[in-house]
Amino acid sequence: MTLELKTVTKTLGDFKLPGLDLTVHEGEYLVLVGPSGVGKTVLLEIIAGLLRPDSGRLYWCGRDITTLAPERRGFGIMYQDYALFSHMTVSENIAYGLRSRGWSKAEAEEKTLDAARDLDIEPLLGRMPDTLSGGEQQRAALARALVVEPQLLLLDEPLSAVDLRLRRRLRRQLKHAQETTGTTFVHVTHDVHEALTVGHRVGVMLDGRLRQIGVPAELFRKPTDKDVARVLGMRNIFAASGFEDGSCHVDGVNIHVGEREDAYRHIWIRPEEIILSREPFESSARNQFRCVVESWEFHDVLVNVRVAVNEMKLDVLLTYASFEKLDVQSGTQLHATFKSSSVHCF
Amino acid sequence: MIFGSRPSFFHLAFFLLGALMLLFIVAPLVRITLDSSASELSEALGDRELWASIFLTLRAAGVATIISILFGVPLAYLLAHARFPGRSLVLGVIDLPIMIPHSAAGLALLTVIGRHSLAQKIAGPLGIEFVGEEAGIATAMAFVSVPFLVNAAREGFTAVPVRLENVARTLGARPSRVFFTISLPLAWRAVFSGMVLMWARGISEFGAVIIIAYHPMTTPILVFQRFSDFGLTYARAAAVVLILVCVIGFALLRFLSRPKRGEVR
Repeated sequence: MTLELKTVTKTLGDFKLPGLDLTVHEGEYLVLVGPSGVGKTVLLEIIAGLLRPDSGRLYWCGRDITTLAPERRGFGIMYQDYALFSHMTVSENIAYGLRSRGWSKAEAEEKTLDAARDLDIEPLLGRMPDTLSGGEQQRAALARALVVEPQLLLLDEPLSAVDLRLRRRLRRQLKHAQETTGTTFVHVTHDVHEALTVGHRVGVMLDGRLRQIGVPAELFRKPTDKDVARVLGMRNIFAASGFEDGSCHVDGVNIHVGEREDAYRHIWIRPEEIILSREPFESSARNQFRCVVESWEFHDVLVNVRVAVNEMKLDVLLTYASFEKLDVQSGTQLHATFKSSSVHCF
Repeated sequence: MIFGSRPSFFHLAFFLLGALMLLFIVAPLVRITLDSSASELSEALGDRELWASIFLTLRAAGVATIISILFGVPLAYLLAHARFPGRSLVLGVIDLPIMIPHSAAGLALLTVIGRHSLAQKIAGPLGIEFVGEEAGIATAMAFVSVPFLVNAAREGFTAVPVRLENVARTLGARPSRVFFTISLPLAWRAVFSGMVLMWARGISEFGAVIIIAYHPMTTPILVFQRFSDFGLTYARAAAVVLILVCVIGFALLRFLSRPKRGEVR
């Protein structure tokens, strides 16, 4: 029960999918992440059979399904706006797929009720979609997609239409639904945090290409390049040269990276692992530099302070307490300290 | 209120211009109705020839509309959904009957449904005659009014989000089921309003119909004939009865097709 895409291409207006290879394993929750407009929806519609690729083939369990009609694939799709049938009640929406597959009305109603119970939307069954909140619509759409027991469920930005607080709950709900049904999920999003929270594997898409795919830890350990690292939300990425004797050069700064076997091209320093202090201090940390504060920004519970070590700009995450204690001003002279183990090379 | 707290001169000017526009439409209709005396009207209400022509007109326009649905709705659906070469040409062709003078349209139509035409040769054995017959009247009405149906239905189908149809397909519905359970119900109000428009336009048709069939007389032709033979006073009552039938009929249809919850508006 593996889905395979072999050099699938598609040009649609300005958008271009220049040849994508992808394997989706049975029962996995795969998330494809990338900025808006990289053709993630197009890719899902190609998998669903709603769009025909210009070239390339799709295989399901080894069978070529490139030209198979969407209603015969058994793949469900859930759109960002949920696309509930506005002229039908929630119950009719959920039962639609069953009725389309020839279930009797009574059987379909029973199964609809079960599906609604699973997602806790039983009281909504008689309502019309336009009277539902975003979260309720999402669950109704999920019930409608899952009730037909699809082999594969395609989710197009399923959480972007709801507010932040609800998003966390719905994320858990999606993950739970995936785990309990064992359905293979392919989920696309622009939100890397969402991708890392729900996905067993995460693929990074840029310019219509799948740049890297793997389990989240692997992506962070070894992003293929700077662009992928950026998409993953990694800060303090620098092009480095002169890897020798456990150190390298970045913008004229010599940085200790510890013993490494390979030569690398980039380093990444975790912003939360950098310590700022007024005075230099004795430490086992091999990297300590004088720096100058340039600017700062408040992020949820932390403050992101940007400092300059010569030409190298570092982002440092501080708690409010440390931020106040340091009495940070623009131009303040500080010391930045971090261990060589906080430096990741790729 | 779009004016905010204090209407500007600009808005007042628009209000005035709009009011004059409305007056222009309403004044003649009210005036002709008020001008006709009660005796004139009651005489017209008992006029069998008039009623026969009204029923003929409503029926022929109705038949024209119903038959056009069979061909016009599929065309509208394709135009809304499919992108094919020559699509804009097709859109232009559909509007042609609105552009060309209707007497010319009638003459053009006569060349394909006239007594010696291929269409007449095929329809003849089925007992259908066009020229001077109700079938011809309906055909002329269909020709000049079908753009209203196709355009309204096309807009209705365009307004249905493609995603709904996509989801329905992935849920296992064949294209025909998607059409009848999703696209058509959601576009129904637009299709229906297109039907009403087409029917109304068919009823009012004069130029094309008179060329295909002077007799039996549709009401627009009857009104014209009475006006040219006997003058305003005699034609007026017939006109008023037709106006009232139309106004009541369309008010009723508008009421029936008012938007319901969940429909594409």
